[in-house]
Amino acid sequence: MNMNFHNKKISGILCVVPKKESLFDDEIGNYNFPPEKSLRLKKIMGYDRHRIAEEGDCISDYCVFGMEYLLGQGIVKKEDIDAIILVTQTADYLLPPTSNIIQGRLGLREDVICLDINQGCAGYVVGLTQAFMLLEQESINKVILLNAEFLSHRTSRKDRNSYPIIGDAAAITIVEKDCIPNVIHANVKMDGSQAEALIIPAGGLRLPSTTETAIMEDNGDGNLRSKDNLFMDGTGVFNFVQTKVPALIEDLLVTSGSAKEEIDYYLFHQPNRFMLEKLADQLRVPYAKMPANIVERFGNSSGATIPVNTVYNLGEQLKNGSFKVCFCGFGTGLNWAAMLMTIGKMQVAEMIEYS
Amino acid sequence: MEEIIKILTGIRPEFDFYQESNFIENGVLDSFDMVVLVSTLEERYGIKICGTDIIPENFSDTDSIRRLVERYGGNV
Repeated sequence: MNMNFHNKKISGILCVVPKKESLFDDEIGNYNFPPEKSLRLKKIMGYDRHRIAEEGDCISDYCVFGMEYLLGQGIVKKEDIDAIILVTQTADYLLPPTSNIIQGRLGLREDVICLDINQGCAGYVVGLTQAFMLLEQESINKVILLNAEFLSHRTSRKDRNSYPIIGDAAAITIVEKDCIPNVIHANVKMDGSQAEALIIPAGGLRLPSTTETAIMEDNGDGNLRSKDNLFMDGTGVFNFVQTKVPALIEDLLVTSGSAKEEIDYYLFHQPNRFMLEKLADQLRVPYAKMPANIVERFGNSSGATIPVNTVYNLGEQLKNGSFKVCFCGFGTGLNWAAMLMTIGKMQVAEMIEYS
Repeated sequence: MEEIIKILTGIRPEFDFYQESNFIENGVLDSFDMVVLVSTLEERYGIKICGTDIIPENFSDTDSIRRLVERYGGNV
């Protein structure tokens, strides 16, 4: 679905990452593969280190921690917050919605709109589109978009397909009306027929978690995982991304009347270095314009990787400068989505560690 | 072709690539082996394989791999 939004802006991004850093070299012994093979993959895929949340910590803890930081710094005032959108696949509970818990813990107004959206790697663009729609309301002037994911808690440590790339993080994006006229272009697409390509089979009502779903199995690829763990069809997902994403970006550029060269940065979701370089090659975009360094430093935190990518690679530059960027996320669903907008002049664009 | 078999054996030494067929269907190569194979072929033959060509059909046997490399100008 092609969408346009007018006179909206991102006025700040804060990312909260775990202190705990886990090194791929220390994990190699967990995998059922010769170390030299894993080391070869390390170089190609960009595995190195990733941030892992402590057992017992939940995404609401990180979101509240980050929000208290912003409130404490005076960057956001409680009374100015009109809506909270939380995009996550690792909610604190099946019910109630985690955004409600966050509203309660922060002591926000009763008329704050709270929405949980269950989406994954395209969740940043999906969340922004929802924030922009809410801002069409006269009474809504400031939306807090939360993208938070703790998939490490649901990924087998013996699954070399998934565990090395997984990282935990929460991102807070402040979204507001802008008095300076602008147009934001977005396109969100979905193919639910491929939903099983990225799935945690057990834990919902379709297949409740039991002692049986917790049994670790090798399904023929040498990796050990249970039905309670994340499963990713690597070949299927790779093919989906390489087929769908370049077409989406080209279409968005045409629709918006933008030339590829006008885009300062292609701030994409971060699955692995190999996949991103193949996308850059297809799009004929220089690697310098499409950062691919987040998996190797923080891990893939699903919907939070685009804001992590943005503040890690542009950081301070976002406070004074401004850039025309293309955000693009792709994954669970299977869902793929992109957005063209100008970002900059932010009050905050930084990353902090949870404590 | 000897060179391709040597590369494949380097990735999965437990298989005899003179005998094996249907590499993906038979579980001889998994998705990560394909990634390593693509990277190795690109280095060895000085080519860049497009992401849309990294599909099981192009890695199902030594002939399909050879055809893929040749399509990108690699001299097998």
